[in-house]
Amino acid sequence: MIASLIAWFSDPDHWSGPGGVPARALEHLGYSALALVIAVLIAVPVGVWIGHTGRGRRVVVGLSSALRALPTLGLLTFLAIVLQIGLRQAVIPTTIVLVVLAVPPLLAGTYAGLQAVPREVVHAARANGHSTGQLIGQVELPLALPMVVGGLRSATLQVLATTSVAAYLGLGGLGRYLFDALAVQDYTTMLAGALLIAVLALAVDGLLLLLQRLLTPTGLRAARARV
Amino acid sequence: MTWISTNLDFILSLAWQHTLIAAPAVLLSLLISVPVARLANATGWGRKLIVGGSSLLYAIPSLAVFVILPGLIGTRILDPVNVVVALTLYGAALLVRSSSEAFDAVDDELLTAATAQGHSAWQRFWRVELPLAGESILAGTRVVSASTISLVSVGALIGVQSLGTLFTEGYSRSFLTEIAVGIVGTVILAVVFDVVLQGIAALLMPWTRRQAGPRRTRRSAAPGTARADDAVPTPDPAVATAGGTR
Repeated sequence: MIASLIAWFSDPDHWSGPGGVPARALEHLGYSALALVIAVLIAVPVGVWIGHTGRGRRVVVGLSSALRALPTLGLLTFLAIVLQIGLRQAVIPTTIVLVVLAVPPLLAGTYAGLQAVPREVVHAARANGHSTGQLIGQVELPLALPMVVGGLRSATLQVLATTSVAAYLGLGGLGRYLFDALAVQDYTTMLAGALLIAVLALAVDGLLLLLQRLLTPTGLRAARARV
Repeated sequence: MTWISTNLDFILSLAWQHTLIAAPAVLLSLLISVPVARLANATGWGRKLIVGGSSLLYAIPSLAVFVILPGLIGTRILDPVNVVVALTLYGAALLVRSSSEAFDAVDDELLTAATAQGHSAWQRFWRVELPLAGESILAGTRVVSASTISLVSVGALIGVQSLGTLFTEGYSRSFLTEIAVGIVGTVILAVVFDVVLQGIAALLMPWTRRQAGPRRTRRSAAPGTARADDAVPTPDPAVATAGGTR
């Protein structure tokens, strides 16, 4: 098993061309990044509004727990059939599903981050003459940033995982190795694909963790170290 | 509708297979994570290990775990046991964290008082710590139950039968009704699991039911006090959603 895996990974054929590991990994990252960018554009402004005004929190909580019970695979296959225009086009339904999955954790991270800002800090900023825009941009959002990135991390994990599932619908990405090999019972390739998916997810998560640390304001970092 | 009535037996048997995978996974993750969390809390490095280890495990997509596991534990690839083991690992990863926080939130003074009254460490755990942490552990278990049920269907992609089979079949036949039945069935199953969990909890912890009423009214009546409540580490369902629907 291990020997055949080593053989698979050392085969130069698996590292070049449109079906090679770098190309597949880039595809995987591309689909995921597209969905995440759309999700951030939707979720962060809404999350800031909820966190700043304190309105609509219940809706978010309800929405995200309802979504947790919804099976991703069901959503994917359902939308893939509903949205098929002419030929089976996997990118559009997949992106929609990925965005739907990524929005709740991002929303939760953003509003929770804003709500965690102590009231005294907000009042102090007001007293210092900050306008609402300045208050959000210079005080609330920077303090909430670590939690926003925390939301981005959970969103990214889900999106990367679901992108692998979407290969079932004919999408590219690392999931292709799994499903192409499953059809011909090639367990070595399946295992290689699974390992690549795992490594990609861990690497991206590690990078985001680093980003989270870097974006934590120095003041917060000191406070946390004392705890 | 006719499809549902003619295939009811098939749907029910898939729902049963779904249950047979999800129920042991939820139960095992609970049985594993409570003692592990308590023991880890006793040592500082244990907690760090758990937080790090569980988020590491959680980062790995379920589909990959379903495929890698048979190679590690020596089962066949289509064996449903793989899915049970994988989902147990995920569930335990999530629950060990929330249980660890739940035990951590138990007031130290209460523990000291229990010791002063002559409780042994073992008695103190069963009579004081576990009952006090119970509500938060229940909240974590409910999250695990919902995400486990939704994850079981992913196993259908590698041929493990469950309600997810309705998705793969429905997709290959471009048959929306079948997929819709699968989605609705999965959600119903998740709700049933949740009701059962709450029922068991109400039996084991009769005091939580009495407390739930006044606590909730206080919360909605005085939103200003919500901040103090938020300090209780009951996992916020929205925040604890990490990777739930994979």
